[in-house]
Amino acid sequence: MHILDFNKLSLRDINKTLQGSDKNSFFSIRNPKGSHALAVGINKQITVKVVGSVGYYCAGMNKFSDIKVEGSAGPGLGENMMSGNIHVTGDVSQYAGASGHGGSILVEGNASSRCGISMKGVDIIVKGNVGHMSAFMAQKGNLVIFGNAGHALGDSIYEANIYVAGEVASLGADCIEKKMTKKHLSKLENILSNANVSDYNLDTFRRFGSARSLYNFNVDNAKIY
Amino acid sequence: MKKKSITEPRTSHTFDAYTNSEIRRAAETGIYDIRGGGSKRNLPNFDDLLFLGASISRYPLEGYRESCNTKVILGDRFSSNPLNLEIPITIAGMSFGALSAQAKEALGRGASLVGTSTTTGDGGMTKEERGHSKQLVYQLLPSRYGMNPDDLRKADAIEIVVGQGAKPGGGGMLLGQKINDRVAEMRTLPKGIDQRSPCRHPDWTGPDDMEIKILELREITGWKVPIFVKVAGSRPYYDVALAAKSGADVVVVDGMQGGTAATQEVFIENVGMPTLACVRPAVRALQELGLHRKVQLIISGGIRNGADVAKALALGADAVSIGSAALIALGDNDPRYQKDYEKLGTTAGSFDDWHEGLDPAGITTQDKKLAKRLDPKLGGRRLANYLNVMTMEAQTIARACGKNDLRNLEPEDLCALTVESAAMAGVPLAGTNWIPGT
Repeated sequence: MHILDFNKLSLRDINKTLQGSDKNSFFSIRNPKGSHALAVGINKQITVKVVGSVGYYCAGMNKFSDIKVEGSAGPGLGENMMSGNIHVTGDVSQYAGASGHGGSILVEGNASSRCGISMKGVDIIVKGNVGHMSAFMAQKGNLVIFGNAGHALGDSIYEANIYVAGEVASLGADCIEKKMTKKHLSKLENILSNANVSDYNLDTFRRFGSARSLYNFNVDNAKIY
Repeated sequence: MKKKSITEPRTSHTFDAYTNSEIRRAAETGIYDIRGGGSKRNLPNFDDLLFLGASISRYPLEGYRESCNTKVILGDRFSSNPLNLEIPITIAGMSFGALSAQAKEALGRGASLVGTSTTTGDGGMTKEERGHSKQLVYQLLPSRYGMNPDDLRKADAIEIVVGQGAKPGGGGMLLGQKINDRVAEMRTLPKGIDQRSPCRHPDWTGPDDMEIKILELREITGWKVPIFVKVAGSRPYYDVALAAKSGADVVVVDGMQGGTAATQEVFIENVGMPTLACVRPAVRALQELGLHRKVQLIISGGIRNGADVAKALALGADAVSIGSAALIALGDNDPRYQKDYEKLGTTAGSFDDWHEGLDPAGITTQDKKLAKRLDPKLGGRRLANYLNVMTMEAQTIARACGKNDLRNLEPEDLCALTVESAAMAGVPLAGTNWIPGT
């Protein structure tokens, strides 16, 4: 295990080390002090443990890597990630997983507004609550919420799936509750299993997705836009 | 018997023929008009400015004998690998999806032939344009369609698109008829559905956030490539200042003559400012920050010829960018397709339904048969010719003003033909020392 300490190294030094490291390397990052853009643009199967909280865009645009934050994360956690895993033990701020194309994000605490905005294939699991406008314009992937969802959940959603165990304050435009089929239960179980989540009851989840009524512009829908 | 009127039929300026036809169209269809391109209004523009040339007080350079530099470096503020362009004319961002793969290839070929850059658009980077563009700017747009860190690292520069001149504050819509299998796959959406491009980025809001976004992009790309920020010409003084403060290497300001693949006509014609009015406030913002020439300024929106290039540079820009003009060079609205345009209910020169995907010139389409009409090699050659002509025209003017570098042109080389253009450009009304507003 390699220790990278913000008390001794700059952000550039640390990111350069992570981006240039050998496959299967393991790093522990100390004293992150809420640093922004930490562990971004990694293109290899490496493991990074961050001891402490991070700022904006932690683990943004990563491929293959496993990132664990022992603390909380600022806005844009894992934005546009392509693959790999992110695990945050605390809470996360706005836009977690924004535009993520693949991989998975596990948040043990709460996620703020617009969690999973424009998501394009990533799986996001939030053990707590999510804020308003989560999964806005979500294109593909799965947002799993153990707690409650804020207002306008799934507004203008495309082909992503949302699973909620708690209460939903309100649904956004074109987002509807859908039947939880065996296929979807199995899919949900796989998502949770892949993220090593074990304490759940599948029966408590409801599924939400697109009514697909806004897919092609229709003047009769003008009041919805 | 009714007496014949001796007066001519009087038409209304308020309710002119076009306005009346638009009212009838709205009443019939119940939807606003959507089209491509930029503003078609008769706006104040660079034609309202003239160069004074040299005489006794200024010493001209010999045309064809004395050199006039056209090279420009973009993005050397923070990046280790700035763009080195042979000419100060770049190709603006236009998406694969809005344009055919052949058109994107032709733009790359043409730009590369003359040593300048081209730019991706919404929907990501295609192998055709990367393969044929020696210097390619990769756009980071609100939709993040096709956004891929591997492509980001292949880019020679990154352009964060905050807005575009045709629709400041607006997003976009690529209608379903242009979404074929390849476009759909690149954008991670089903084939045939309308694809909305949001007006805001998904993971940041204001300038403080943008500064951190720029930091992230630099960390991902190792501080190697320049970061551009593109803004619509709406509040150029403040937007340019904020972009520069946020850490941009280059700021692009796009006036309302700048084109779009598709948006509402009412938006195109009624929101934003003419390109002419954007340049001086943008330059002033950089000057006041001590960053003029350190953060390069690119002006776009209705640039058509070497005179426009020279005027934009004389007002303080470092380079210009062209989009609509580049498409015309490739063959857009060419009279040789007049019969095809008539079948679409329009004419060569007026065709702007780019969003419908039926472009007879094979440029703004995903129809395979139509797209084949554009030969990328020939198109690239035509674009290169056009860029060379623009450059030579700008050099001709610069030499006549006694300048051995296009960027040595200055506001003092200009006068204005109208009070409005004098105020917007901050140069004297012709024959006077009067600059309105100063």
